Amino acid sequence: MNAPKYTKTELLIEVIARMLDGLNHVAVGASSPIPGAAALLARARSGGTPRVSVLSSLRHNDFTDGARELFDCAAQGRIDAFFLGGGQIDGEANVNLVGLGDYPKLNVRFAGSYGSAYLYFLVPRVILFRPEHSRRVMVSKVDFISAPGTSPPGLYRPGGPYALVTERCIFSFNKEACRFCLQSIHEGETVESIRKNTGFDFDCPPQTLQTPPPSATALELIRGDVGINIAEVYPKFAREFLSLS
Amino acid sequence: MAFGKTPVESIDALAARVHDGAMIAVPPDYSFVAMAATRALIRRGARDLHILAVPQSGIQADLLIGAGCVTIMETAAVSLGELGAAPQFTAAVKSSRIEIRDSTCPAIHAGLQASEKGLPFMPLRGLIGSDLMRIRGDWKESENPFEEGDRIVVLPALKPDFALFHSPFADRNGNIWLGRRRELVTMAHAAKGALVTVEEIRDIDIMEDEALAGGSLPALYVTAIAEAPKGAWPLGVAGQYEPDREHLANYAKKATDADGFQDYLAEHGA
Repeated sequence: MNAPKYTKTELLIEVIARMLDGLNHVAVGASSPIPGAAALLARARSGGTPRVSVLSSLRHNDFTDGARELFDCAAQGRIDAFFLGGGQIDGEANVNLVGLGDYPKLNVRFAGSYGSAYLYFLVPRVILFRPEHSRRVMVSKVDFISAPGTSPPGLYRPGGPYALVTERCIFSFNKEACRFCLQSIHEGETVESIRKNTGFDFDCPPQTLQTPPPSATALELIRGDVGINIAEVYPKFAREFLSLS
Repeated sequence: MAFGKTPVESIDALAARVHDGAMIAVPPDYSFVAMAATRALIRRGARDLHILAVPQSGIQADLLIGAGCVTIMETAAVSLGELGAAPQFTAAVKSSRIEIRDSTCPAIHAGLQASEKGLPFMPLRGLIGSDLMRIRGDWKESENPFEEGDRIVVLPALKPDFALFHSPFADRNGNIWLGRRRELVTMAHAAKGALVTVEEIRDIDIMEDEALAGGSLPALYVTAIAEAPKGAWPLGVAGQYEPDREHLANYAKKATDADGFQDYLAEHGA
């Protein structure tokens, strides 16, 4: 039997969903359709856990105390996983959501830091997600630190980076060494192709694992309920990247 | 017509209350944005506004910036979401036409909560090690007075002149129903006054219904109300109408150059 065909988007949804299995509460912030779909997939196939709170969704959002509740919840340890992107991400897991150049005279301006300068410190499992994996994005040093990857000892910081997921591979993050380690590479990539497109140095295990493809069950859910539900908040994404059945 | 001390007036009269140089707090795109009032502000040629996005903004901030109404933009982000970058915001920041006060979502909420409580500042976790600490001279690193060596940031209270937002309905006494959009309550508590546009004014008393009262803002915080059916358009109002996605996509395209932006303003009554 042939393995089912899948798209890169479906693979990324599945990859992130695997990192959420067994958690109690996953929150999804702004501009995060793939993490949102992943959280809904993790919930759908585990019969209701984790709880999922998708920003600006009415149906998939337990918050009733306004936009601050997510942050209050995070500070109390009531959120296990969150997602951050970045116009730049460097080898120490610093993220830049502000812009390129010398602040405030930027050559390129991004949207802004959102909740990163806070949630990165407080949510135990922050998954960095940035599909574009190029030397433009994966840099040796970010131009602006919206939120730092690590903090000096003694600073209150229960949270931080857990993994970095891109279109090419998955990195895990080693907080002690303050370095990324290649965890698995997606179909069609090699360690060399990843090094070529990464502007920072990273650790590599002796044997490189291939990222397993999405299961048939996952694909069925993504093309069904999960896709329909994420379309509430991200209709353009659902239309363009998910072939809903 | 007026409710006690809360007048109901035209949208242009409501917009005229926002004096040049005022600091106004506005909600994010998904939360009852007063877009008809925003067009009225542009029509009246408002200048030097300090916009506080609670905690981020989209087309509303982009329009006000593009129309030259804004001097200071304080925000955690400005973006058109799925439609990409906010073009007028991006251009204005790059050319230094506006002062950007980069923030992060919970810092904006915390600053407003300080004002809500009549406090001068609010402590907040996180932040230390972010370049935001470097660029925000008004954020201070401090120490937890109850635990030696525990460093924590304190943020000054944010006190807007007005909170400006839209709502599905007000009652006959000037109470505003907001449902779960409680950030609007925080904004109104923290501001000196709230300017509220509503889809409709209902001949009921929200306070007589426990289910409605829990999701409401009492009239005591409200400076003025204007009736504005479809007042959030082209954004949506949850439970009533969806965002006009075609219109928003058209804006995202047009607003990328100065002429296109001016055409847009001329076309849409602003």
